[in-house]
Amino acid sequence: MNAHTQKAKKRTIILAIWTAAWLISLAFVSFSSELNLESHMLTLAATLVNLIIGLGMIWANRNYIKNLDELQKKIQLDAMAATLGIAVVVGLSYSLLDINNIIPFDAEISHLVFLIGITYAVGIAIGAKKYQ
Amino acid sequence: MKNRIKVLRAEQNMTQADLANHVEVSRQTINAIEKGKFDPSLPLAFKIAKLFERTIEEIFIDESL
Repeated sequence: MNAHTQKAKKRTIILAIWTAAWLISLAFVSFSSELNLESHMLTLAATLVNLIIGLGMIWANRNYIKNLDELQKKIQLDAMAATLGIAVVVGLSYSLLDINNIIPFDAEISHLVFLIGITYAVGIAIGAKKYQ
Repeated sequence: MKNRIKVLRAEQNMTQADLANHVEVSRQTINAIEKGKFDPSLPLAFKIAKLFERTIEEIFIDESL
């Protein structure tokens, strides 16, 4: 493992820690009603903490991308371009299906987040395989 | 774009990881460049050329010309 790869691994771990912290804080806010957080102030504070950790995650992601080498950046860019396109096109079509009552359930934002995650992961895997 | 990196590397008994370390990229990037799957940027091409003490034209061959 060369110096560049070692640094990249360290930044990946930092990003993973921020992402895990953000997910935990998001889950905490999402399930606050089940945790009997009846105080609006407490829920607001938890939401603010989630937002601040989210900003930290964005900073870690920016730092991660910024320090990738040029091929790794290209793989990321290709995956992100595919993700953005698919999220907008499929997301809007899905929303229209809901608005026109063609699907029997509501089009939730979580479905879109799931689609984004899957598309991005597949895009990265295809890019890594292409330049192997 | 074809290149002579593999040959130059072999002449200097250098592994892909050694070259990657010198020019501060991942080994996968060197591998993709060697196989002609990825064309390096001008700054990276200059770094590689400087390391092998060659000109860019001596290392990279533009097949469209």
